Amino acid sequence: MSESANEAQRELISFRVGEQFFCVDIMAVREIRGWSPPTPLPQSPLFVTGVINLRGQVLPIVDMAARLGLPPAEATARHVIIVVSIAGRLVGVLVDAVCDIVAVAPDALQQPPDLTGEAASAFVTGLLTDEDRLISLVALDNLIPPLDTGSQAA
Amino acid sequence: MSAAPKTILTVDDSRTMRDMLRLALAEAGYRVVQAIDGIDGLERLDAEGADVIITDINMPNLDGLGFIERVRGDLRHRATPILVLTTESEPEVKDRARKAGATGWIVKPFNPGKLVDAIRRVA
Amino acid sequence: MAEHRPVGVLSPESLAAIRVVFFQECEEHIADIESGLTALECGDCDPELVNAVFRAVHSIKGGAGIFELEALVQFAHRFESALAEVRADRVEATPDVVRVFLRAADTLADLVQAARDGQAVSLDRTGAISEELERLAASQAAAFETFDDLDFEPRPIAFTPLPPAAGPQTWRVRFRPHASLYAKGNEPLVLIRELGRLGEAVVELDAEQVPMLDAFDAEDSYLSWTITLTTTADEAAILEVFEFVEGDCELVVSREAAAAPPLPAPAPAPSARDAAPEPVEPRSVGPAAAPKDLTAIRVDLPRVERLVDLVGELVVHQAILAERISAETSRRSDTVAQALDDLSQLTRDIQEGVMAIRAQPVKAVFQRMARLVREAEAASGKRVRLVVEGEATEVDRTVIERLTEPLTHMVRNAVAHGLESPERRSALGKPVEGLVRISAAQRGGRIVIEVADDGQGLDRERVRALAVARGLVAEDATLVDEDIDNLIFAPGFSTADSISDLSGRGVGLDVVRRGVQALGGRISVSSLRGAGSTFTLSLPLTLAVLDGMLVSVGGHGLIAPLASLIETVQPRPADIRRLGASTSLLSIRGSHVPLIDLGRALGYAGARETAAPHGVALLVEDDAGEQAALLVDEVLGQRQVVIKSLEANYRPVEGVAAATILGDGRVALILDITAVIAAERRRADHANVAA
Repeated sequence: MSESANEAQRELISFRVGEQFFCVDIMAVREIRGWSPPTPLPQSPLFVTGVINLRGQVLPIVDMAARLGLPPAEATARHVIIVVSIAGRLVGVLVDAVCDIVAVAPDALQQPPDLTGEAASAFVTGLLTDEDRLISLVALDNLIPPLDTGSQAA
Repeated sequence: MSAAPKTILTVDDSRTMRDMLRLALAEAGYRVVQAIDGIDGLERLDAEGADVIITDINMPNLDGLGFIERVRGDLRHRATPILVLTTESEPEVKDRARKAGATGWIVKPFNPGKLVDAIRRVA
Repeated sequence: MAEHRPVGVLSPESLAAIRVVFFQECEEHIADIESGLTALECGDCDPELVNAVFRAVHSIKGGAGIFELEALVQFAHRFESALAEVRADRVEATPDVVRVFLRAADTLADLVQAARDGQAVSLDRTGAISEELERLAASQAAAFETFDDLDFEPRPIAFTPLPPAAGPQTWRVRFRPHASLYAKGNEPLVLIRELGRLGEAVVELDAEQVPMLDAFDAEDSYLSWTITLTTTADEAAILEVFEFVEGDCELVVSREAAAAPPLPAPAPAPSARDAAPEPVEPRSVGPAAAPKDLTAIRVDLPRVERLVDLVGELVVHQAILAERISAETSRRSDTVAQALDDLSQLTRDIQEGVMAIRAQPVKAVFQRMARLVREAEAASGKRVRLVVEGEATEVDRTVIERLTEPLTHMVRNAVAHGLESPERRSALGKPVEGLVRISAAQRGGRIVIEVADDGQGLDRERVRALAVARGLVAEDATLVDEDIDNLIFAPGFSTADSISDLSGRGVGLDVVRRGVQALGGRISVSSLRGAGSTFTLSLPLTLAVLDGMLVSVGGHGLIAPLASLIETVQPRPADIRRLGASTSLLSIRGSHVPLIDLGRALGYAGARETAAPHGVALLVEDDAGEQAALLVDEVLGQRQVVIKSLEANYRPVEGVAAATILGDGRVALILDITAVIAAERRRADHANVAA
């Protein structure tokens, strides 16, 4: 927990999706677990691979690669699921590997450029360089978009 | 009457009131025993004893006045201080309670300071 | 008051916790008020009823005072005062009076809710009923009871008004307790101690009055004190110390400067008998019923939920154990099998026991209906007599919460459309008061709730005509009475000519039916023209656990609710027919039902050859009674499963009601049969249109 009075550093956890690196605020992360085959959900978006059992709760799994507009992951036992809490809901984010915990000062984060054509830009809220790597900070708020009302059946 | 009173029996059928009393009294360092009506109050008094009793008037099964009467009828508790909880709008309740043997009264809603003041004036 | 007292204001967190308790208690009090007044209304004259209602209102007032909920305090006070008049037999509890009280109870409930949500209640909501309460309370001239037999002795005070002086003053306090002071448990030493805390005190005892031993009465009072007190406190503070003993002592407080008048000569010591407190008629000694709290305990809901979850897990793991053991052992051991059966039975018993903890009587929901009927009466001008049966019927908490909405619609419907106006009823020879009967009972593992009225019943001609006009049925279709009756649940159907305040707001019975079906329930109506209608609502006893058939489709487990399952069939290729471009039908016992490939419908597998020789189908029925056959890979057996929400962490999925965790730890989806059939119908429609 990095709420030191002097610098308001943020702690971020970085992970790899394909060849690219991303990170999220560690405050949102609940746990990290290995991959297990999910039960698919009918009529679900491509990036929702299904649901798994998290100690008795039903946890949806989002393929981060697909969500960011990259080719969908072919998940194996070597993949990792980061369980995050978004507005009181738990979601499992499927990534290739978890890398590191990075503490950053607020001025180390750069504003992302405006890339309206890029699917990933909807989620990227900051850029960070760490040892030559570009790590994009992603916000999880819209990871699972709400269902349009109107297509609700009885 | 030597050391400060330790055990206070609170008798009230309202859980809200019991919680308020317990909170205020525990803050002030007293040990609190709770009862939900007059009958329960007599049983707890038997089981745990009390240095001071605080009781409501309106309760089912055995109301405050009946309870006070029974307590005073018990030789061990003829002089145990009893405070009744009254509301501003019922001055006659105070008189009736005193006739039954109550030592003093506390007006609801009470603030913790006044509660302790009242206790200090009887024990 | 001395500043060194350690007790301050209570912490906001503790107060917040007690505030929650207060509002919980208010709900109970409101329920008690309602049931007490309802009993009074029905003619029960037990005075204890009025007492109980009074106490409940009094308690709400007391708690509201703690949290400074002014509007609530004021209204509760008026209500209480009016009730006090009835309690003291100064006002008679006539049916009209009780009706005023019932309206007051409704208003009180609104005020409590508003207080809890931090909102204000408008004056026109409370103004009228407030006035009526005041009129009842003011019916007697005397505002307070008077006591002529109080033994009150005026306390002499030598008080010369001097200007308040700065700096410490010296006071002389002369204090002589009477025997009655001791009899009430007051203790002079305590009072003197408290006096001493105000400043510097010198205490002088006067033991002159103490008689010789042979004349000594232990109950009597012989001692008096003179305390010289130097203090910065004012006279009011000094008098406050003696507040409780006013009337049980002689007290003279004077400034040192003035000549202190002597204490009046002591009156002859009253005998011990007179000093004893007079017996007071206890206000209420109820029948020797067990105090209600002692036979029940209050448990935090999250704890019960956790217990239910854990027991659900227990059931699952017990099933895993059974499966693993039978998989690992080559031969079946009787003793092991027996032990496993015992374990299975024990687990089920525990589960039932735990679910029973969550079970609640429907009474609370029915009481809300009572209020609804009163409002409906007022809004419609009709007269309604409400009869309630089976209030004690218990149902799981998860279902109770969902009962209110369908019940509300059914009751409103009964009053708005079922019952005739009083004039009409009179003309028909019916009692002016229309009857609405709400009943609950457990039947066949479900809870069945009926709402019946003795009104005009459904006009089948009109219903049929409207249905035809809206294209819901063909002009020439043959329909039995029951079919026509149930047309009122069709979407967009309403026989109201105008949107009345009651059943308007655009909510039709079709919405009610969908809501009920979403709970796994059914709703239907039966009616007799001129005599009335009965709505029947049937719901599962719990929404937490489901009996289902586990099947395998495309390598994944699925649960089909047993309630929708008719039978399992093994279709022979010859029984499968094609219709149009994309629909398959299964011929079964002479009729044809759509054959739905679940794997394809759910996206689990590519389109399969429907003429495949293997495969099993589930013959299922949706809530409208429409049948279909669902093609699956394997039927694995019945399971009782714990229902897990999909929406808690994700969102609703069409065709899926919920999910569950199987013995192997994997998630299996629970099918929403009605949605699956409907989705398939839509798909087929689109395909046929496109073709």
